[in-house]
Amino acid sequence: MYEKDGEKYFVVDGHTHFWDASPANWVPGQEQYAKGWIECFHAYQSLGPADTHWPIEKFQKYDEETMMYDLFDAGHVDVAIFQPTSLRQWYKEGFNTTEANGALAEKYPGRFIVNTNWDPRDGDPGLKGLEERVQRWGCKGAKLYTAEWHGDSRGWSLRDPEASRYLEKCQELGVKNIHVHKGPTIWPLDKDAFDVRDVDYAATNFPELNFIVEHVGLPRIEDFCFMATQEPNVYAGLSVVIGGLMHARPRFFAKVMGELLFWVGEDKMLFGADYAIWEPKWQVEGFVDWQMPDGEEFSDYQKLTVETKKKILGLNAARLYGLEVPEGLDLKAPETVEAVGVPSP
Amino acid sequence: MAPGSAGARTDQTAAITAAVWSALGTVRDPELDRPLTDLGFVASSTVDPGGEAVVELCLPTYFCAPNFAFLMVADSYDAVSAVPGVSRAVVRLKDHFAADVINKGVAARAGFVGSFGEEAADELDGLRADFLRKAVLAGTDRVCRSMVSGGVARERLADLTLADAPPTPDRERLRERRRELGLSGGDADPLVLDPGTGEAVTADELHRHLGLARLTRVSQDANSGVCRGMLRARYPEATDNPDTEETP
Repeated sequence: MYEKDGEKYFVVDGHTHFWDASPANWVPGQEQYAKGWIECFHAYQSLGPADTHWPIEKFQKYDEETMMYDLFDAGHVDVAIFQPTSLRQWYKEGFNTTEANGALAEKYPGRFIVNTNWDPRDGDPGLKGLEERVQRWGCKGAKLYTAEWHGDSRGWSLRDPEASRYLEKCQELGVKNIHVHKGPTIWPLDKDAFDVRDVDYAATNFPELNFIVEHVGLPRIEDFCFMATQEPNVYAGLSVVIGGLMHARPRFFAKVMGELLFWVGEDKMLFGADYAIWEPKWQVEGFVDWQMPDGEEFSDYQKLTVETKKKILGLNAARLYGLEVPEGLDLKAPETVEAVGVPSP
Repeated sequence: MAPGSAGARTDQTAAITAAVWSALGTVRDPELDRPLTDLGFVASSTVDPGGEAVVELCLPTYFCAPNFAFLMVADSYDAVSAVPGVSRAVVRLKDHFAADVINKGVAARAGFVGSFGEEAADELDGLRADFLRKAVLAGTDRVCRSMVSGGVARERLADLTLADAPPTPDRERLRERRRELGLSGGDADPLVLDPGTGEAVTADELHRHLGLARLTRVSQDANSGVCRGMLRARYPEATDNPDTEETP
């Protein structure tokens, strides 16, 4: 719980990781990709305040105490949602797995939500594995990374018939929240690799599932927003937006937030710190203190209320995951605010 | 100084070097719609006395999309090769997961499919057109927003032509992108048109269209900000030109 100016915020970090990208975990022959991946993440960290930057050695592999401190002692987080990413082609034991996340979650009951992940290219054995993991760890959500390398294949699409089988299985198992990474990807090669239209397709076909587009489709915010106006079950995951822009590019941050509030609406935006790329502390504190700037440049955009911030920082995610909000931390009279969708004259 | 002397050659090489840099200034990141030289993507550019130009490009991440990377390397190769006095052009992308494939493919003029094989289903013309359409939308916001700030009634924009917009670099850039897409770009042509169909945007569609134009520009500006930040983290010595960052 974070308290500021007499207001109390229930903080759900919708996007966290416990990874191992140390050289000992690199697959022989794939070292350049394993190294390139973590160095790319590390460069993203540089977009946060200088006093939160880590040396690469710490960034490659951090321990449990560091994570618990950064999230829950210093970072104001009440509950954090693990979003695993396998990358087993590059990392021997996987980069950030359901199992490693789950073990930590069991050690600290009530602190974490364990999501799992799946890859339609794993076929029938993959479906079975998904079911086992969901039962073992009680997963209510899954993180999908469509640009994962798999043998010679460089990725997959939510339009693939095999992906539909996995989504059906999620529906059957009660894995309601599908977090789709849309951000830096490298496939399909000849098309726009950041294209979000496959999420549109899946969201239409699976109306009972929620689709949270992580990183709001950055760098395709415009396509994402346009889709979100048409699909009631599509949500905006704010990881990268706050971490990557609020400090480094405050003017663009304001505009991106303005657009998201305008097209997607405050009931469908979810905070995520994207630890260990960025620590939650400065993001939570900074966002609570933040306001849409004055001036003509920002005149199309709404100001944020305390309620808006409470929803984004935790209450929206609590709703999607069925979390009990401690007494006194919920809104006094919850109301739904529809996105405007079309600029007013 | 006698023609053919060492001094004349030095002058000539310096002139070609400058011309190569100018040529690189015409090559854009198709997604960010800015010249590579402004973005800091040209790590080095040299010309030897024999006229061989060697250009090194660097990108914000090891995993930057290979299709965009390919376009930038190929466009740089074409631009530099066309500079008078350049006997041979070598363009190398560095520190990228697909650098070898791209560098060899461009040098052999193999095209995208010829370079990447099965993983690439097609050449990149469609991708380029998608991003030109985004550039037209973002450019429409730049031009129209400043007109509205200057007192033009927003609802009148559907009735105006390109000639009615102030003669700014933004207007010329918009005109140029429209022409690249094969759309109209003359003074008498509509100021606001749908980059997908090429049709003029009607008064009824105007508000929504301008909303999308604004959103597209915000997205492009934010991406550009992230890319520049990432490039600086990766290459602290990169000579990015912050003066060219988008202003309101």
